[in-house]
Parts: sequence; C-alpha cells; structure tokens
Amino acid sequence: MSESKSMREAFGEAMIELAEKNPAVLVLTADLAESIRLNKFKERFPGRFFNVGVAEADLVGVSAGLASEGFIPFACSFAVFVPGRCYDHIRLSVSRNQANVKLVGSHAGLSNPGDGASAQSFDDIALARVLPGMTVIVPSDAVQVKQAVMAIAEMVGPVYLRLNREEVLVLPRKPFEIGKGQLLREGKKVTIVACGAMVSVALQAAEEVDGEVINMHTIKPIDEEIILESVKKTGKAITIEEHSVIGGLGSAVSEVLSEKLPVPMKIIGIEDRFGQSARSYEELLVEYGLTKEHVVSSCRELFK
Amino acid sequence: MLRADSCYNGSVIPRTIEELQEIARTVRKNAIEAIYRAGSGHPGSSLSCADILTALYFGGVLNYDHRDPKWERRDRFILSNGHATPAWYAVLAEAGFFDVRELFTLRDLGSELQGHPDKAMADFVETTTGSLGQGLSVGVGMALGLRQKGLATKIKTVVLSSDGEQNEGSHWEAVMLAGQEKLANLSLIIDLNGMQIGGNTEEILQLSPLEDKYKAFNWEVFSADGHDFSSLLSNFSRFVEGKKPKVVLCKTIRGKGVSFMENSKEYHAKTLTETEYQKAMEELTG
Repeated sequence: MSESKSMREAFGEAMIELAEKNPAVLVLTADLAESIRLNKFKERFPGRFFNVGVAEADLVGVSAGLASEGFIPFACSFAVFVPGRCYDHIRLSVSRNQANVKLVGSHAGLSNPGDGASAQSFDDIALARVLPGMTVIVPSDAVQVKQAVMAIAEMVGPVYLRLNREEVLVLPRKPFEIGKGQLLREGKKVTIVACGAMVSVALQAAEEVDGEVINMHTIKPIDEEIILESVKKTGKAITIEEHSVIGGLGSAVSEVLSEKLPVPMKIIGIEDRFGQSARSYEELLVEYGLTKEHVVSSCRELFK
Repeated sequence: MLRADSCYNGSVIPRTIEELQEIARTVRKNAIEAIYRAGSGHPGSSLSCADILTALYFGGVLNYDHRDPKWERRDRFILSNGHATPAWYAVLAEAGFFDVRELFTLRDLGSELQGHPDKAMADFVETTTGSLGQGLSVGVGMALGLRQKGLATKIKTVVLSSDGEQNEGSHWEAVMLAGQEKLANLSLIIDLNGMQIGGNTEEILQLSPLEDKYKAFNWEVFSADGHDFSSLLSNFSRFVEGKKPKVVLCKTIRGKGVSFMENSKEYHAKTLTETEYQKAMEELTG
C-alpha cells in the first residue's frame, strides 16, 4: 500500500524549499502558523515571515501591497476564511489589481472534523473561481502540493491554492503543469474528473466501473481539451470534489460539456449542506457521500 | 501656468501659499466640471480634500515624476476613500500626469479616469479603491515591502482616508498592524469633514475621541486645519520623523469652496444640474 502524507506538512516543507531558491518569496498568516505547518519556515526565515494576527482582511491587503513592491507573498489561512471572510479585499486588492499574491486555504472540505461547521469549507473553490484572473489549484496529494507551490511561484498573477489537512494517499508522481489535467487511468465506460483528496477515491471507484480518471488539479483555467477528448470516448461524465455540488469542479466541468459536448453527467460533492463535528475525517466522508461506493453506484446509474 | 515641470530631479519644487491656494481653486473648479460632465460623482468629498491633495503634490511633500508614474523612487500615495477621486485626478492633471482635457473623460467608457481609482485602467493608480477599508492595508504592505528592501528612510507611503472610512473594521486591522510593526515610513491623512452618506458622522457611528483611538494603537497623532496650507504643510513635514506611523487628522468642511454645498447632506454623490454647475463655477472662478 502506498504511503499517506498530509498536504499541510508538504506545504510547510515546500515553502522552505521555495524560499531558499527565490528571495522574493514571503509568508504571511492570520495567526495560523502552527496549523499550516509554517513554524519551521518562521524559524528558518524570520525576516520573511509575518503574522498579521487574526485579521484576514489585512492579510490580503498587506499581501497585495507587498506584491506591488515586487515580493511574492503567500497569504495563508484556513479555506473557510480565505477566500470567504475577506472576499471583497480579494476582489479588489488582489483580483482587480492582478496582484501577484498566492492565497492559500488550508483545512479545506471536511478535513477539519472536530471543529465542525465553522471550520469546514465547501464554497472556497466556487468563490475563488468566479473572480476574474484568479488561478485556482487543488492539489491531490503531498507530492502535488510541492509541485504546485513551485509552479505558482513561477507564474505571475493571483492564485488560490487549496490544501487538505488530513493525511491523504500519495499518488504516483507525474509531471505537473498549471492548467493541464492529468490522465491517471484509462477507461472506456465513464470519465471521472476529480480533484484534491477525491482523486484517490475516483481511482478506487474506476477499478470497478472501467472508468477513465482525470486529476483536474487546476480548476481555473480548466483543461477543456482533456475533458472533451475523454468524454468523446466514454460518453458519460462524473465529477467528485470535497466541496459543494454548486459552483466547484462539477460546475466547471458541466460548463464545458453543456456547451461543447452534452452527455449524461453526475456531480458528486457536498449536497448544499453545512459541515458538522465528528471524531474522524473518514466518518464525515461517509456521512457526506464522498466514498468509492457512492461513485460506483452513481456510475451504474449513468450506465442505465 | 502652474503645470507640468512640477518636478525637478524627481523632487517636487514647493510652491508658495498663494500659489497653492490658486492651484487648489483650479483643482476644485476642474473637479466640479469633471463631475458635471460625467453626470455623476462625489462633489462633497472632492471639495473637502482638495487642499490636502494640493499640499501633498505641490507643497514639496510627495516625491514623484509626472512623466513616469511608476518611477521606482516615487513616494507611494493611496487614495483610500476612492470616491474623492475627481479632486485627485484634477491634482494629477495640474501636476502634469496627463492633459487637463483628459480630466473631462471622467467615468467615460474605457477611460483611465474611472469613477473610483482603478489600477487595471490607469498606471498612476497604486491600488484599486472605491470600497472603503482596503487602502490602509495595502499601504501597510507597501511600507513593509519598502522596509524589507532597505528603503524605509528614502520612500514614503502616504494614505488618504476619510472619517466615514473609520467605520470599517478592516481599516483598524491595518491600524493595529502598523502600530505593531512601528511603521515609521507610513503616514495616514484623514479628511474629517464630519459627514458621511447618512448624515453627520458623530450621529451615525461616533468617532470621537479619534485622536485617543490612534494613540492607543501606537500611532503618533497630529491635527491640522484641512483648509490652511501652513497648518497642512507643517503637519505633513512630520512624515519623515519619529519611530511610529503617523496620522494627521484634518478638520475640513464637506463641499468647501462652493457655498451651497458646504456642510450640505445632499452633495455626497450627486448629478449636478446645469444651474448648480453654473453657480459653482461662478464661485470657483477667481
């Protein structure tokens, strides 16, 4: 069995690696350094780390100002707060300004089980996606987190990077390019598009239904070509994300298909509900239907 | 005319008090004309901060190069209460950033001169404003960035705000961080015309004692008469001193310079009628 590793650990490590190579990189957080595994970065680069306090609007504005002065700020908080809490600040000071700010939303989806609804974000992909000029990336595992961090530092422009908190299965390493989906498994009967921790769920389900799996790590700009190429073959599409069924990956994929290649489709995600407390992440995934079994049964419905 | 060539070796030559008053009168006149021609805009605030802006750009306070709005040694200026922009655009026109006739493209489709300063549309805009409570955060970020680059003693960051903007909680997040970081290279000016959309500021969300509030957040506080150039300039000269961020509380009159607009509830956002426009022009033409 392959190993599991937490995305936030990988993120903390990646930021150190990146900062060693790129002197313009700074890290800012709204007092969540420990949770997002940034304390080692703070020790290693104390002059390049800023805790703005529990002040998410300021986190965003200050980052925009720093970007204006030529730095590459990574503004880090939980996905419930960034983008949601300080949205107008992101809309104008980052998105309208096209500021080179990398917004990082950790503990996304159900991956903060104990804390409950106030800490579980199902709308961050939707919110980020609708902002003009915002690149939205949802890495599938620890390896992809590192690849994504390096890639977003290279590109110029605002980015929203979504991280999971829990340990997630590490997938075989593949070349990473922003805006290019990854074909992870070939199949004939259905195209399964997934992102984040749901990619490994999709792969497990695909074994049982002869599914073709695409890791769509970049939700915006979405890779239309890979979707169309696959769906031309299979004629059916399923998406799965640790996010609301409204406005996220599923919506993005259906926007492409409904205009260019309408096929029977099912969007799997959080069904317009809030989160809640539980003892484990796994319990919540079952409660909210983000399981291999649900993907398999949904595929079988499509086959009818 | 008192235009163009306002900068010499990147440093602005300060004008005399009489010259400043004359420039400010032109700024007011042009701002009102721009608002009239645009069919909408914010005359009250534009008129209350006209002297502040004139002092900044012509009193030897801000360093800039009108030929190169992105000159890397420029002082950074942010108009956080973006709705007062007709006055700012009018000052920029006087300073030679663009031809004064362009001023009358305010709010036109595709114009550099958007209804509120928009970085995507004009290269002289440091950050897009128009939504209160954001400008100071961005200013804090710039001041921090300049300090990181070792330029804290060489380049100033100045933010203009309004009393209405003090209502926004996010503004105070930035106030706290600036005090925490002892950002001596950051200065804030507040146009205290005592009014906001719904009426008098003290009746809506009482600000006073405002001086005490800023002091409590570890800022150095100064008070100025917002329509007296000696008072403005002597206070603005404090920007380069001290070890704390500085705020200058400027007492102003909303609508200053046009008698029927002064302290009137009506003139925050207004489409000016021909009559109002003519009357204003009569008063503002020397």
